[in-house]
Amino acid sequence: MSSSGTEIVSLRNVGKTFESGTVALDGLSLNVRDGEFVSLLGPSGCGKSTSLRIIAGLSAPSAGAIEWPDGSSKIGFVFQEPTLMPWADVAANVRLPLKLAHADDAQARDAVCQALEHVGLADFAQSYPRELSGGMKMRASIARALATEPQLLLMDEPFAALDEITRFKLNNDLLRLWQELRRTVIFVTHSVFESVYLSQRIVVMTPRPGRVFADIAIPAPYPRDERFRTSADYAGYCRTVSEALGQAMAGAP
Amino acid sequence: MSDRALRIGLPVLMLALVLLAWDVVVRVLAIPPFVLPGPGLVLSTLIADGGLLWHSLLVTLITTFEGFLLAAIGGIGLAILFSQSRLIEYSLYPYAVILQVTPIVAIAPLLLIYLPQPLAVLACAWIVAFFPVLANTTLGLSSVDHNLLALFELYQASRWQLLWNLKLPSALPQMLTGLRIAGGLSLIGAVVAEIAAGSAGAGSGLAYRIAESGYRLNIPRMFAALLLLSLAGIAIFFALSALSHLALRRWHESAVKRER
Repeated sequence: MSSSGTEIVSLRNVGKTFESGTVALDGLSLNVRDGEFVSLLGPSGCGKSTSLRIIAGLSAPSAGAIEWPDGSSKIGFVFQEPTLMPWADVAANVRLPLKLAHADDAQARDAVCQALEHVGLADFAQSYPRELSGGMKMRASIARALATEPQLLLMDEPFAALDEITRFKLNNDLLRLWQELRRTVIFVTHSVFESVYLSQRIVVMTPRPGRVFADIAIPAPYPRDERFRTSADYAGYCRTVSEALGQAMAGAP
Repeated sequence: MSDRALRIGLPVLMLALVLLAWDVVVRVLAIPPFVLPGPGLVLSTLIADGGLLWHSLLVTLITTFEGFLLAAIGGIGLAILFSQSRLIEYSLYPYAVILQVTPIVAIAPLLLIYLPQPLAVLACAWIVAFFPVLANTTLGLSSVDHNLLALFELYQASRWQLLWNLKLPSALPQMLTGLRIAGGLSLIGAVVAEIAAGSAGAGSGLAYRIAESGYRLNIPRMFAALLLLSLAGIAIFFALSALSHLALRRWHESAVKRER
C-alpha cells in the first residue's frame, strides 16, 4: 500500500469558534495524501466532525486555511445517520447527487447500478429506506456517496449506531471497496479498535479545543481480515493507540 | 368479530338505534312536524325536494371546492414564499394570524358590502381554509432533516432544486394534514357566508335553503338540507384522507401499517 502519494488536502492551523463561544478547533494541522485511509480518533467534543465538515465546505473555519494542491476534489460524505430521503426508493436516493449535477440520464442509471453493485444492494434498488435494516440503509448511504466517483470520501462515524456484527461486516466491505476503488478516505470514529482495523494512519485528537495530539501509522499490510482482527499485532497497535488517546484526554479538563 | 367489522358495524348499529328512538319519541309524544319531524318525514322530504336541494348542494359544493383550491394554492404558495425569505414572513405572518383569529361570522357581512355576493362567499371560504394549510406547510418546510440539508449544500443544489427535491417532499405529510383540515373548513366558510348573504337577500346554496326553510317553518326541509351538508362534509373528509393515504403509503410512518 503506497501512502506516499501526493497531498490531496491539507489543513493549516485551522481554528473554529462557534457563535456560542465554544472553541471546537484550535491550530489543527493535517495533511492527507491521495489514496490514503486516515482515521480521526478522539473522544466526543474533540472537533472530529467539525474538521470533517470544514473539509467538506459545509462549515467555514474561523482561522487558518484549507489547501487543495491539485484543485478542490469531488467529495462524498457519509453522515452518522444514513440520511436517506424516506419518500424516494434506494435507486433515487443514490441518484440524487447526479440529479443535482444535471447528469445525463443513461450515465446516471449506469453509475447508480454500479454504486449499488459495489455495496451489495443491487437487488434492493426499488426498496424504500424504511424497508431496509440499519446496515442496509448505511450501505445505501455509502452508495450515494460513491455515485459521483469522488476522489475523497469523508465518513463521520458512519457505523457508530450499528450492532457489532453488522459493523464488522461493513468494515470489511469498506476496506474491500477502498482497495478496489483507490479513493482517499477520512474516517471519523471514537472507536480505537475500528480505527486500527481500518486505517493506514490514525490521527489522535485532544478535546476542547480540538487539535492533533498524535499521528500514528498502522503499517499492517492489506488485505486485512478477521485473522488480523484477532492477531497479536492488532492487539499491540490497539494498545499503542489507546495509550495515546488516554494521554490526549488526560491533558484535557 | 374482526376489528374492521366492529369499526363499521358498531356506528351503523348506533345510527339505527338513534333513528329508532327518534321515530318512537316523535310518534308516542305526537310531536308536530314543525317542531320535530320524524326520520321518515325527513327522508321523504329529501326525496320530494330532491331537485331543489340537489341544485343548492351543487352551488355550495362548487363554492367549497373553489375556496379549498384557492386556500391550497394560497396557503402552500405563501408558505413557500415564507421559506424563501424571512423578511416576507415577518411582514405577512401576523396578518395571516389576524385573519385567522377574527371570527368569520363577523367578517362575512363586511365582505358582502364590498364584494359581489358570489365573490364574498368565496372569500369567506378561502379565509377560513387557508390558514391551516399555511401553518402546517410552513412547519413542514422548516422541519427538514439538517443532514439532508447539508447533503444538498454539499452537492451545490440550487434554491429551486432544494425546494423541489427536498423541502416540498419532506413537508408533504404536514401539507396534507393542512389540506385535510382545510377541506372541512372551506365548507364551513361557504355555509357561514351563505347564511350571512341569505339574510341580506339573495342566494341559492344549501345554507341559504336552511335559513329560508327556517323562516317558513319548513322544518323537515331544514333537516333534509342539514343531512346533505353533513354528508358533503363527510365525503370531503374521506376524499382528502384517501388522497393523503395514497400520497404517503409507501414511505410515511403515519400511512404504513405497523408490523407486529
